[in-house]
Amino acid sequence: MNEGSKKTIKTLCFAVLGMFTFSFALVPLYNVFCEVTGLNGKIELRATNDKNIEIDNGRDISIQFVSHNNEEMPWAFKPSEDNIQIKTGKYHTATFYVKNTTNKRMVAQAIPSVAPSNAAAHLKKLECFCFEQQELAPGEEALLPVRLIFDDELPSSINSVVLSYTIFDVTDYNDVEFTQHHNDDHHAGHEMEPSI
Amino acid sequence: MSAVIESHNHDDHHHGPAKGLTRWLYTTNHKDIGSLYLWFSFAMFLIGGAMAMVIRAELFQPGMQIVEPEFYNQMLTLHGLIMVFGAVMPAFVGLANWLVPMMVGAPDMALPRMNNLSFWILPFAFFILLSSLFMEGGAPNFGWTFYAPLSTTYAPPSVTFFIFAVHIMGASSIMGSINVIVTIMNMRAPGMTLMKMPLFVWSWLITAYLLIAVMPVLAGAVTMMLMDIHFGTSFFNAAGGGDPVLFQHIFWFFGHPEVYIMILPAFGIASHIIETFSRKQLFGYASMVWAMASIAILSFVVWAHHMFTVGLPLAAELFFMWATMLIAVPTGVKVFNWVTTMFKGSITYETPMLFAIAFVVLFTIGGFSGLMLAITPADFQYHDTYFVVAHFHYVLVPGSIFSIMAAVYYWIPKWTGNMYDERLGKLHFWLSFIGVNVTFFPQHWIGLAGMPRRIPDYALQFADWNMISSVGAFLFGASQILFLFIVLKTVMGGKKATPEVWEGSRGLEWTVESPAPYHTFTTPPKVT
Repeated sequence: MNEGSKKTIKTLCFAVLGMFTFSFALVPLYNVFCEVTGLNGKIELRATNDKNIEIDNGRDISIQFVSHNNEEMPWAFKPSEDNIQIKTGKYHTATFYVKNTTNKRMVAQAIPSVAPSNAAAHLKKLECFCFEQQELAPGEEALLPVRLIFDDELPSSINSVVLSYTIFDVTDYNDVEFTQHHNDDHHAGHEMEPSI
Repeated sequence: MSAVIESHNHDDHHHGPAKGLTRWLYTTNHKDIGSLYLWFSFAMFLIGGAMAMVIRAELFQPGMQIVEPEFYNQMLTLHGLIMVFGAVMPAFVGLANWLVPMMVGAPDMALPRMNNLSFWILPFAFFILLSSLFMEGGAPNFGWTFYAPLSTTYAPPSVTFFIFAVHIMGASSIMGSINVIVTIMNMRAPGMTLMKMPLFVWSWLITAYLLIAVMPVLAGAVTMMLMDIHFGTSFFNAAGGGDPVLFQHIFWFFGHPEVYIMILPAFGIASHIIETFSRKQLFGYASMVWAMASIAILSFVVWAHHMFTVGLPLAAELFFMWATMLIAVPTGVKVFNWVTTMFKGSITYETPMLFAIAFVVLFTIGGFSGLMLAITPADFQYHDTYFVVAHFHYVLVPGSIFSIMAAVYYWIPKWTGNMYDERLGKLHFWLSFIGVNVTFFPQHWIGLAGMPRRIPDYALQFADWNMISSVGAFLFGASQILFLFIVLKTVMGGKKATPEVWEGSRGLEWTVESPAPYHTFTTPPKVT
């Protein structure tokens, strides 16, 4: 085999490895792309630190709250109010009612989505239950708060926004973490296991 | 070490193939491996075709008649996977193995042992895939596009075997492509510049680059599925912060170039056949090359036209609509070049030419329905209906498959040394031509009328056209048995073929005798 062939083979093998890596790189690229552009209604899962966002003479915006249960998530989950009227540049606190209807301790994660998607970049949250996982004992109920604000750059074509939360059962994912802790830490005993 | 092998080869120079089964197991000869690929793909074509018959038999009448809906879904999934990865792709690789070395004046493929490996892992891949039919929970049932979460959260346990099979198919394709590229780039006869290469070689060079670029992405996609299913990751699971729409983006980033992988070699084949039987030089060689290259490059920026209805923003819908429509330009260039080549030619209508002309006409119909689907607002109506089924079957069956059949009729005298039976060949063509159109043309109408795809039952108003479509499918399926018979008959004997086989055939493969000797071009020919 001549030198030219060897060089071609080497280049092609690198191309194959490169494209395999690229397929995994698409995952963060996709998330970054969606977050930067606000596509897919994705919003950042962390609190805003913008101090100058509040203004006095904002315009009226109506927000519709929607709640979904993912797959067979059994919890009761619904917004306290379905519709509210707020003004841009003013903080507002809304709450969601949640109840663990099972007889097991469960952990849940809520994932927000905004429609229309170009409103996503202008919705800021000071505090949201979606920033962390919610753990509820059997039969326990709670009112989960979200403190949100629309900045004044919200496109003028948007007068109403749908803010939807889907609640996921992530108990199993937490069990995986617990087990790993157990393996790491030999002193941990059964007291961390949920007693059923 | 290579010097030793060369001198050894020199001694064995006039030896024919080894005898018995081991010839096929151990062979590193590009012609043997080409034949293996072609026979394997034909076997898969019949198996995938049998599954299509099950699908059409169930759809013969409304209501559930023959199979359970779960089994219907498995048939539908395996039909797609087997036809794409088992029939069309290996057939083109087989043609590349037979033809590329002879067309560029090389003695063999650049990496003969890897060539053997890339073929022999394929039967294992499909054995694994097909064996899932007999597993608990049944075979994969999520469609050949295996969208998450259907293929992850809700998949049957056999999905892991499916993933492993796809990995093997991908490895086989990647090795095959490396072989083709290295052969074309480094082993052309002296004087054969890139722009003197036969168009089939060009089409395969571009196809091989596409395969190198996207098969690893497919491997990545199924690896992510594997990790989601077994290792607790959440690439496509929204509960863990992943996104099922991401799966569709990754899949179609592979999937759209993949559909051009299945049509570009067909462009090369059609160019050769139309040129020969029109007895004219091909019109617009350079524009053919540029058109194929442009189609290949554009294929990377149109993937989301498969996903218009997932909720893309307006800007993306517009971008992907226009980019998709742009592909009609180079494709149109090719169609016009074929028509212009035929214009005022002294055309004869042997079987390969009939298949090639049908390819041009019917592929163009498939292209036009593709343009209709590219219109975003219209796609919201067409999406996931039988219109889509009609569209991609028009580009794949009378597109890719007809071109493969045309290639077999065109080159089989070179492979076997015997002419096929022209009368039977024409009969096969007309049965296939009528069968394909009766099957798929009515599906345009029932699709526009709103019949959803991938459903084993349908509303009563679709009954008549479905019955006609099924009758066409049975005709098409049966006529492929005739094809098998014709090929076997030609292998066993027939009128002896001359070296040039066809009046007006052009290219190095027609300068060697028929059948082509086991070793050709051990000393490279001079190309002027």
